[in-house]
Amino acid sequence: MLGPGLLKGMAVTLKQFVESYTKKGSIFTIQYPEERREMPEAFRNFPILVYDEDPENPRCVSCDICAKECPPRCITIVRDRDPNGAGLKKPKVFDIDVSVCMSCGICEEVCPFDAIFMDKDFELSAYDRMESLNFHKEKLLRPNSYFHKIRPTDAARIDANLKAKQEKQAPTPPSGTTT
Amino acid sequence: MEKAASALETQMLQVNIGPQHPSTHGVFRMNVTLDGETVVRLKPVMGYLHRNHEKIAEGASYLASMPFTDRLDYICSMTNNLGYAIAVEKLAGIEVPERAEYIRVIMAELTRLVNHTLLVGFLLNDLGAFFTPTLYAFREREKILDLFEAASGARMMCNYMRFGGVKNDFPTGFMEKLKEVIANYPRFLDEFERLLTENEILMGRCQNVGILPRKLAVNASVTGPMLRASGVDYDIRKVDGYSIYPRFKFRVPLGTVGDVYDRYYVRILEMRESVKILEQAVKEMPEGEVLSAKAKTGAKSPRTFRPPKGDAYGRIESPKGELGFYLVSDGTPNPYRYHVRPPSFVNLTILEDMCLGLKVADAIIILGSIDIVLGEVDR
Amino acid sequence: MEPLEAIQKQLEEKIPGLKLTPEGAGFLVDRKDLLTVARFLKENEPYKMDYVSNLCGVDYKEYLESVAYLYSMEKKEGPILLKVRVSREDPKVPSLTPLFRGAEYQEREAYDMFGIIYEGHPDLRRILMWEEFVHYPLRKDYKPEDQDLLEDEKQPPEAIQGGK
Repeated sequence: MLGPGLLKGMAVTLKQFVESYTKKGSIFTIQYPEERREMPEAFRNFPILVYDEDPENPRCVSCDICAKECPPRCITIVRDRDPNGAGLKKPKVFDIDVSVCMSCGICEEVCPFDAIFMDKDFELSAYDRMESLNFHKEKLLRPNSYFHKIRPTDAARIDANLKAKQEKQAPTPPSGTTT
Repeated sequence: MEKAASALETQMLQVNIGPQHPSTHGVFRMNVTLDGETVVRLKPVMGYLHRNHEKIAEGASYLASMPFTDRLDYICSMTNNLGYAIAVEKLAGIEVPERAEYIRVIMAELTRLVNHTLLVGFLLNDLGAFFTPTLYAFREREKILDLFEAASGARMMCNYMRFGGVKNDFPTGFMEKLKEVIANYPRFLDEFERLLTENEILMGRCQNVGILPRKLAVNASVTGPMLRASGVDYDIRKVDGYSIYPRFKFRVPLGTVGDVYDRYYVRILEMRESVKILEQAVKEMPEGEVLSAKAKTGAKSPRTFRPPKGDAYGRIESPKGELGFYLVSDGTPNPYRYHVRPPSFVNLTILEDMCLGLKVADAIIILGSIDIVLGEVDR
Repeated sequence: MEPLEAIQKQLEEKIPGLKLTPEGAGFLVDRKDLLTVARFLKENEPYKMDYVSNLCGVDYKEYLESVAYLYSMEKKEGPILLKVRVSREDPKVPSLTPLFRGAEYQEREAYDMFGIIYEGHPDLRRILMWEEFVHYPLRKDYKPEDQDLLEDEKQPPEAIQGGK
């Protein structure tokens, strides 16, 4: 079976072997915990909730659109109520089961209030698979500055959009939930 | 058990190759009856990965099925997205902006490169060339996956196409990286071919093994590189001319014998044609929007997206063959019926015919040359 | 490709007693005529519909439908749809597998998911679901079992009409 074709192939592997020591960039493996890839800005992993100033008043108005549109239905939202029982425009419970979430980013696309965004954090291993992978509101809430840090271009665009919207309908806040 | 027809008293042996077997490319089982080492009967058993994708889609909005199509053929999520988007656009009559069409073609052809490179690597694995060609393939694939990640946000589950365009435009600096990948690819293919094409062992194992005659291939609805290896000139990019493929100059490589070697070589040649398409697309790519304004509102609130009553069948040439989506709409936000015509599922029909009378080791490489992905076979 | 009306006229002329109803990009065919029509389209010029691309079932509640998309690889033309409607009580459709090998697995899938029985199919078994499964999961009246129930709380599955 030995022939010129085989030898040619062997020459390729030999070249690769030598180049892995001599040529820069020919080793592709990254020594992960010490070395890290630079993630592109579009990179997405599980969602976060963004608030402007006060974590008690997030941008989310608990309109439930993301929960309905989520393909694997991993979002649970319960609306907050004031002592009289009237509905408030903020969530009391906002849970994302990240063991079900598939990071598709549809929640971010459908959100009419620019409240939910995809995060970049992927080092989320946990010791149990029930409670520690069910992210509650407290864990999901992040300040706008964090969002600016992870995705500067998108954050700038969305801030500009929000500002334009506010100027348009100032001073009254948006009434009701749009569905 | 039946008695084999020979002077010595022998018995047929039934072997289950799979469902957990490195050569079955996933949880796939081949129920093989052997006479010595010769295959006399082969029945594929599938469904281990069945998740009723079609039923899930009936309960979700049109957009919500898009990320699930990524998981059909998880190596080629971009073409799955494209096939589904084209079917829905046909159903609802949506126009796609010029630039989005170019982006789609670029992504689809990059996916073809990924798929064929990877397949050649895995085929060599099945042949016993343990992981050297596969890892060379993985290294090149990595560069393309980086591009996918930069554009769509995910390496494999891209979820990038939308009805009437794509999710977002290319980020800054993308085109330079893309051009670099395209420019370097022929060099990699040359090297890959030097390693494999004339290799005597590869030729000895693959030539005249698993011959699929032209007539049978057509009759069995085989599509994709496997059909073209049997010498049938049928490429949906040319036949249907969907998207903007008629604008590009490329040839459809054809095989002559229809054996495993032809299937390998047709894929190599197809990659070279893909590179040509990519070069042309990058050169001609216009500026403009990537999602029409009308489609943008549909993407923002999927509940308002209600295609008119009727049915539509959209098909594309995915790297594995004809990928089709059959959709029936009843005017509600959810599809009434959603059917996927997966290429690898239909191509499997002919597996037994190709393997009969050959040795077990040949059956393994014939399965490898069909190029199946179980996420798509089982849905 | 000729317009559908011309094809319809041609078919009704050549096959005595045939009645076709145009429907979308193809025809609604009576099940007794399906094989004759498919064979005619496959073997005769100028159609040469030698390739069955997509074959699937649809459940329209009042009836079940089996849809076949025929294309021509020789002429690079198509498609012509052939739709067959059958009742839920008697879901029998002639199999296209003797004509087109490519229909084999797709018919098995339609049988598996809708319980459409393809008569003349060489090997009509479930393909994606397991053999012991009694329902047809893509029919609209199928209720998935509650996955939160324990094994002994489950109701025994009811056998449904049509199929085994």
